[in-house]
Amino acid sequence: MKLYGKFFLINLQSQMQYKVSFFLTIAGQFLASISTFLSLLFIFSRFPEIKGFTLNQVLLCFAVVQMAFSFAECFARGFDRFPSMISNGEFDRVMVRPRSAIFQIMAYKMEFARLGRFFQSLCMLIYAMIACGVFWSLSKLAVLFLMIICGSIIITGLFLVYAGLTFFTVEGLEFMNILTDGGREFGRYPFSVYGKEVLKFLTYVVPLALYQYYPLMYLLGKSDKILYGFLPPIGTLFILPCFAFWRFGLHRYKSTGS
Amino acid sequence: MIEVSNLTKSFRVSTREAGFKNAVRALIKRKYEYIQALSGISFRIADGEMVGYIGPNGAGKSTTIKIMCGILTPDSGECEICGRIPWKERTRHVRDIGVVFGQRSQLWWDVPVIDSFELLRDIYKVEHSAYRKTLDELTQLLNLNRLLKTPTRNLSLGQRMRCEIAASLIHSPKVLFLDEPTIGLDAVSKIAVREFIKERNRNSGTTVILTTHDMQDIEALTERILLIGRGRILLDGNMRELKQRFSRHKKIAVAYAGSLSSDMLSNCDGITVREEKMGRALIVLDSNLLTVSEVIEMLSKTVDIKDISVEGVTAEEMVVELYKAYRI
Repeated sequence: MKLYGKFFLINLQSQMQYKVSFFLTIAGQFLASISTFLSLLFIFSRFPEIKGFTLNQVLLCFAVVQMAFSFAECFARGFDRFPSMISNGEFDRVMVRPRSAIFQIMAYKMEFARLGRFFQSLCMLIYAMIACGVFWSLSKLAVLFLMIICGSIIITGLFLVYAGLTFFTVEGLEFMNILTDGGREFGRYPFSVYGKEVLKFLTYVVPLALYQYYPLMYLLGKSDKILYGFLPPIGTLFILPCFAFWRFGLHRYKSTGS
Repeated sequence: MIEVSNLTKSFRVSTREAGFKNAVRALIKRKYEYIQALSGISFRIADGEMVGYIGPNGAGKSTTIKIMCGILTPDSGECEICGRIPWKERTRHVRDIGVVFGQRSQLWWDVPVIDSFELLRDIYKVEHSAYRKTLDELTQLLNLNRLLKTPTRNLSLGQRMRCEIAASLIHSPKVLFLDEPTIGLDAVSKIAVREFIKERNRNSGTTVILTTHDMQDIEALTERILLIGRGRILLDGNMRELKQRFSRHKKIAVAYAGSLSSDMLSNCDGITVREEKMGRALIVLDSNLLTVSEVIEMLSKTVDIKDISVEGVTAEEMVVELYKAYRI
């Protein structure tokens, strides 16, 4: 963990070297996520509610997803660069160092610029928490906290699968973005609005709904099953098969000629 | 102690013919081809040895090195380095080895070199006192004093290579893999790097495995060479013996006054005249048939010798001969 801090500093130092770019990207990220926020506002200016969710309730959902995402991105976005790490041979370097490959990839590149999105979602979260009319008992706060933390773990699992796939093919990874970036875009709305089939898929196959939809229902008082509050930690089990998949891929690593 | 026996490794690569039509076809059905990168490699390297690992491009050099570093898992065969199997105990194994990839940097691009070194110290969990000592030593030997505070991106290639080598030695590895360490360096830097490697091998007893296309590196550094071609070890031998084997042919460059009758020379067995003009000639003789002094005698009878030099084969030519001999 201490070492992670060191990597953190050296990354920060590198990115600060290009000051203007650093701040511009933060600002850019902030503005970009504001625009998605605005699109949400426009839709709700036409329809008072969508499938029984009001604007403020959707905002809460959106903020949680964004927060979870920006956490995961900040720490684990190195996996996003993973295909290029493989093709430029950077990964060989990782392999000859006495630390776990996952740790090094996570530490390889940290996206501080994503902090912009993080702040934006933090503002939105605070606003939505106040506006959605939920009485924030201690247990509900705990569930909210779990949603964000476990959400980012589940998303990290997706990144891991994404990286693991690169061991087999370097092309056609775009479809994974449906789950990663798409997970964020669709995650604006509670997953139930997309229909039962999608919800089932996101419950049993890729358990994004476990940190988003179910606990949200509990938070909003639409369901009184306290069990729903415990689903996010269960969802994090998803990371185990992801990890196994990654290990399997790693074993088949081919490297590139030099 | 490094022991490698019967390593094999093959890669699957997709192939397609050129052209758009075939590109579309490849999209639907892809043809694969298996390339046997290594087909049964065995050798043994003792502690403290310095070995040159040579072979043409695509012979399997990198693949072997990558297996020995724990990056790749071979299809079959065994490899044990310092009592460990690289790909099975990767993290323990890599603590004992240092790797320099000549074409890829291991330093963080935007921060001063010293920061990279400190991060490496933490990655390898090197004690602070040991680190200080190693760093002082390396700084002095590689003359890094001025470079440590410069960001890597501002270093020249020669400076960077010195830093790279230092970086790979911070954890005092027992085995050092050098993959083309002098590629693209100027003469001065090349010599500095070679001197350092020699010194390190002699004084610290570091085992060095060197792959390079620069035969001067090999000549200056290694006693023993391993020649690999088409995935096999073709030759494992002592540099000097090899040279003797290939020094059958000697080159004599001569400057003279008078007229040299090249017919006379060419008719003599064991002599070929490669060039002859303006009072200079380059003669190659086969030392199995003629001695150098016989040729000189013959020359001095017909012309007035102004200058003469006799050369054996260079390592470069020897390797070309070797490649030819093994048809790789």
